[in-house]
Amino acid sequence: MEQLGWGSITLQILGHFWPVWAALIAVFAVSWVNKQRLGLYGKLFDNWVGLIGLWLVLFWVFTALFAHWIAPFESLDQMAAMKNKKPGWPLPDGTGHYLLGGDRLGRDVFSRMVYGSRTVMSIAPAATLFAFMVGVTLGLPAGYLGGRFDTALSFVANLVLAFPVILLFYLLVTPEIRETIIPTALAGILFLIPIVFFIVLFFSRFEQQPQKLWIYLSVTLVLGLWAYSGLAFNADPLGVFYMDPNLLNIFVSVVFVNSPTVFRIVRGLTMDIQTRDYVAAAQTRGERPWYIMLWEILPNARGPLLVDFCLRIGYTTILLGTLGFFGLGVSPESPDWGLTINEGRKLLSIYPHPALPPAIALMSLVLGLNLLADGLREQSLKD
Amino acid sequence: MTLFIIKRVGVMALSVMCLTFVVFSLTNLEPNLRKLAKEQNNLRMTDAQVESWLEREGYREPLVARYGEWLANFAVGDWGHSTRFREPVLDIVSKRLGYTGKLMFWVMVVMVPLALIIGVLAGMREGSVTDRSLSTFSITTTATPEYVSGVIFTVIFASSAVGLKWMKGSATSATDGITFENFALPVMTMALYGMGYIARMTRASMAEVMTAQYIRTARLKGVSFSGIVLRHALRNALIAPFTVIMLQFPWLLTGVVIVESLFNYKGFGWTLVEAASNNDIELALGCSVVAVAVVLITQLISDIGYVFLNPRIRVQ
Amino acid sequence: MAKWDYDGPILEIDNLSISFFTQAAGEIPAVMDFSCSVAKGEAMGLVGESGCGKSTVALGIMQDLGVNGRIVGGSVKYKGRDLGAMSQAELRQLRGSEIAMIYQEPMASLNPAMRIGRQLTEVPMIHEGVSESEATTRALKMLDAVRLPDPKRILQAYPHQISGGQQQRIVIAMALLSNPDLLLLDEPTTALDVTVEAGIVELVKDLGREFGMSMVFISHNLGLILETCDRITVMYSGEAVETGSVHDVFDRMRHPYTQGLFRSIPLPGTDKNSRPLMTIPGQLPLPHERPTGCNFGPRCSYFSDGVCNTNEVAMQPIEGHGAHLSRCNRFGEIDWDARPEAKTGNDKVSVGNTVLKVDNLKKYYTVSASAFGGTGEMRTVKANETISFEAREAETVAIVGESGCGKSTLAKVLLGLETATEGDVLLGDEAIGNLPVQARTPSTVAAVQMVFQNPFDTLNPSHTVGNQIIRTLEKFDIGDTQAEREEQMLSLLDLVKLPRAFATRIPRQLSGGQKQRIGVARAFAGRPKVVVADEPVSALDVSVQAAVTELLMDIQRESRTTMLFISHDLSVVRYIADRVVVMYLGHIVEQGTTDEIFAPPYHPYTEALLSAIPIADTSVKKKRIVLDGDIPSAVNPPPGCPFQTRCRFKSQVANGKCEREVPSVKTLAGGHQIKCHLDQSVFDEMEPVISFESA
Repeated sequence: MEQLGWGSITLQILGHFWPVWAALIAVFAVSWVNKQRLGLYGKLFDNWVGLIGLWLVLFWVFTALFAHWIAPFESLDQMAAMKNKKPGWPLPDGTGHYLLGGDRLGRDVFSRMVYGSRTVMSIAPAATLFAFMVGVTLGLPAGYLGGRFDTALSFVANLVLAFPVILLFYLLVTPEIRETIIPTALAGILFLIPIVFFIVLFFSRFEQQPQKLWIYLSVTLVLGLWAYSGLAFNADPLGVFYMDPNLLNIFVSVVFVNSPTVFRIVRGLTMDIQTRDYVAAAQTRGERPWYIMLWEILPNARGPLLVDFCLRIGYTTILLGTLGFFGLGVSPESPDWGLTINEGRKLLSIYPHPALPPAIALMSLVLGLNLLADGLREQSLKD
Repeated sequence: MTLFIIKRVGVMALSVMCLTFVVFSLTNLEPNLRKLAKEQNNLRMTDAQVESWLEREGYREPLVARYGEWLANFAVGDWGHSTRFREPVLDIVSKRLGYTGKLMFWVMVVMVPLALIIGVLAGMREGSVTDRSLSTFSITTTATPEYVSGVIFTVIFASSAVGLKWMKGSATSATDGITFENFALPVMTMALYGMGYIARMTRASMAEVMTAQYIRTARLKGVSFSGIVLRHALRNALIAPFTVIMLQFPWLLTGVVIVESLFNYKGFGWTLVEAASNNDIELALGCSVVAVAVVLITQLISDIGYVFLNPRIRVQ
Repeated sequence: MAKWDYDGPILEIDNLSISFFTQAAGEIPAVMDFSCSVAKGEAMGLVGESGCGKSTVALGIMQDLGVNGRIVGGSVKYKGRDLGAMSQAELRQLRGSEIAMIYQEPMASLNPAMRIGRQLTEVPMIHEGVSESEATTRALKMLDAVRLPDPKRILQAYPHQISGGQQQRIVIAMALLSNPDLLLLDEPTTALDVTVEAGIVELVKDLGREFGMSMVFISHNLGLILETCDRITVMYSGEAVETGSVHDVFDRMRHPYTQGLFRSIPLPGTDKNSRPLMTIPGQLPLPHERPTGCNFGPRCSYFSDGVCNTNEVAMQPIEGHGAHLSRCNRFGEIDWDARPEAKTGNDKVSVGNTVLKVDNLKKYYTVSASAFGGTGEMRTVKANETISFEAREAETVAIVGESGCGKSTLAKVLLGLETATEGDVLLGDEAIGNLPVQARTPSTVAAVQMVFQNPFDTLNPSHTVGNQIIRTLEKFDIGDTQAEREEQMLSLLDLVKLPRAFATRIPRQLSGGQKQRIGVARAFAGRPKVVVADEPVSALDVSVQAAVTELLMDIQRESRTTMLFISHDLSVVRYIADRVVVMYLGHIVEQGTTDEIFAPPYHPYTEALLSAIPIADTSVKKKRIVLDGDIPSAVNPPPGCPFQTRCRFKSQVANGKCEREVPSVKTLAGGHQIKCHLDQSVFDEMEPVISFESA
């Protein structure tokens, strides 16, 4: 068999992605038809920039979901004969081609790129969500209550922000750390915050409606503590919730690095919104601070926060790439994009093909997130 | 105003101490100490031997006391001894910081004016073709972290694949002398990523200013468009980007580390990575002090600068 | 560039139509078939409510409609030349040198990063190519003409360093620097305090006479137009509905909308019990939902099917009145002198016992004076100084004052958002002055409630209207089950005359007036004893103001609630208040019944305040008293009497006592109190400020 030309390479790659195309068409069709009823998400469909962004993001989401069906080879399979071979190189036994070439260990670059999307997709959105929880839980009272509480929290936030990110990663994301209790302790605090958040949320709103309150609280506590025991302490009796200790390290570090910025944003929004008359109206009817923060201020901050959420998933993706680039927290064979870029760059001037696909993949995902955020911002302003 | 600066410097000092204490504690965790002992002697030491070595070297004193000792030494200029490079830490840091300083200088010279111009041109006529294309360019560059753009640029400009060998893929020789060939790639890579964010902030600020009432006043006074942009809008529009530029420094530090590793430029960032990955505690501490200080100083400059640039606050 | 001479009208607008084009909504007509002409030296007033298109007309004259706006019909001729046919370069030459414009917020109109001198000298330097020194001399002369003290210092200053009134004078100076022949003023005084407004209005009139300029004065305030203009055009929903000389339109109006407008203003002849305000029913039509025929038809009490809703109505001249036109098909048939069908007048409400007693209330704040905040010197702001007054059941007490007088602080202390520094506030027997709202029992919280000023901000945009009221009921411990509270909420909606379907709407879907009604419903939800209304209608359109004011009066009559009505608008105050408290810089300078306040003797500040209110009644004669200077800052109050820096009676007090001692409260006949050093003899000689010409 001979080496494929770029035309056939492109066609075959597009063909491999068929589950993704099917899913994309389905989602877009359903959303387009229902766009009136879908609020801000529906409005996105009137905005070109947002649409392109959404398309790119969903592309990678579905790629991560359907990775098994898309990738022709496994990410760890090595073939000595394929070491550093150019894109479209046929396999020695003639059964196929390495569509984007082989890397220095003879693994299929294309398949590794597809599997690489899984690490990103599984960590980035969740980590960003947690960073938001922390940032909101701390930023709201800092902005609203002000005073010494605000000064102290802002000091700590500035402290974390001033710390060189790389150094923090090198200190936290090491095998040695796992032998101490630090990761478990940090995870313990971190995963508790959403539970506390929801408890306060429901309690402040439904104080006068005891029945509803007990329902919400019990569901929160049951689900929350169950997930908590599994994720943080690996003590889930049913074995459903579990987090790999390595992953936990990365997760905690990424949340830690992102939280101060979210804190600042939420604090700024809070200080701005609390001057409005409806907050004063809530105060004059005797509402307690947590009710005002969670039910009067927070819902009106959702526009800018949603936009920042999308952007922040992008930053987190870049951050994860950086971690992978330095080999922190990932096993050396992992198809993580950052790691593959780093491996590929050593022979970059002669063999560009191992490093370029993951680089472009990462760039397209972050670009998609940025465009999506831009589209959301434009549409939310038109309200 | 002096009271303000004094207060801030005090807070800065406190921050530096807190952060270095955190670094100190983390690098002195049990598993790290054991690893250090084994690396310095014999990888197959028994636990008892590890323990006695640690005691002899003074690692078993209370943490706070050792920190205090380190702090006292640090303050008088004894920054300790690097285990990786076998030289005094202060010497290493100052030499490497100089190299990075040159890199940062060129990055700022390339990045800031370009970013501001792009932002102003895009924002002055919001929604125009210029705006859309420049904005697309800016958004794209914010999606290209240094390891992505570095790779792409190397492939285009320094590899045999595309063939345009205008630049060199490695900047190691730049520590001896900077030339276009060995320095252009690192500078471009860093500048590209930072440019996007600054350009977008500038654009947003400019677009907001152009819709302000006082711009309408100027237009209705009969001022020409270029007059409006240059004389009326610019001064107001550039206040916000200034703070943004200053606050970019923490992220530029990460970028420096990546770029220096990518292009093998033995500056401060490269040193930091070497210290951290080789468990060189003293060097890591020294580097972290410098890094933190740089960030805090730029924050201070940003705050003071903002007050000076904004007449509403400066002149009471 | 030489100005060209022209003998005819300075400005001729013929059948002007302007539309806005947006992606979302297509073409939205903003101005339709608008015609008017302004002669040399004449002042034309343009009156209408929000959304009528008056500002768009001004921008259309300037040919500055932005990216979305376009003139789609008609023409604008300046000195005979069609402005729409000019190139951008020619327009740029015209702007500032021949036609100048001034608009609403002076602080926003000035470049905050440029010194004032530079902003001023720019005008002659661009248009007449003079040198900088020559331009500076001219600027100094103009600052003199607009009566600004210390012009040299002002040239070097930045806009934020001078007060609002001074800023507007600068904007006027900037407009006049190249001697334009036409001046457009778009609500130039709306953002200013009343006493400052009076000064600006007088200045504009004098300058008009001095420089011989023509003016187009846009406002929603009919009284202001009466004081400044020769002719007036009334606009409704994009069209001019009536135009004529000021006296013709005011005294012999010929359009139902004009009549409706006048009847909804609290003129001195109205009375809340016997001759209440008449509101215009219905709502302003949305731009794309305008009815066929007359735009005002659906709301007009003289509407006649077949006459008013078939064809577009054109402007028709009125016989016998020089140059008086009206866009009404029936103006000849309507009896304009008929008394309006009297709304059944109400009996005067009997007032009960004291419900609220404020005794020697003091509220001081400490603020930092330095730019960097928190460091440096702290200063004390004496927001409220020895406030004492009482309010009784079913009584309406008006608290009157301008910015910085402390009325908002007083409201905050009453509601528990702040606590008093000294002194007492007694609600019945309970002392609430020191109780912050979190420490109050739900029944106390429900007993004192507030209606807020800004209707657009008073409701949380993220929750439905119904939910917000139900939440209020929850907090007041009203009703035992959710179902009960829902019932209660619906009946509250009935109380404020809104359809029950509104319960599921979100605030964005409501108009300003409707939002304010919900605010009222919320305040009255817990059957309060005292309702503090903080400028509840000043942000609303004139015709909507009447509706909300009447609503408040009706509810108060029913529930016998005490109302504290905070306002700066003395016309509204005279209409609704039983007693009035006048505040200046934290002090109560005068209090008494409404009649006592509006008749002499006056505190010098009250006198000036009364004189400053524009009254839209041609039969009213007003004494002209204009105060110098601006309201001092609360951070730096003047020593002695707070008003002494602007008082015209200061010389009549011996030994300069006004500058050293705070005056004590003098009690005149029947509970009328004045805080002033003046002798009784001076008070006895005071003439009434507002009097009626014999009909």
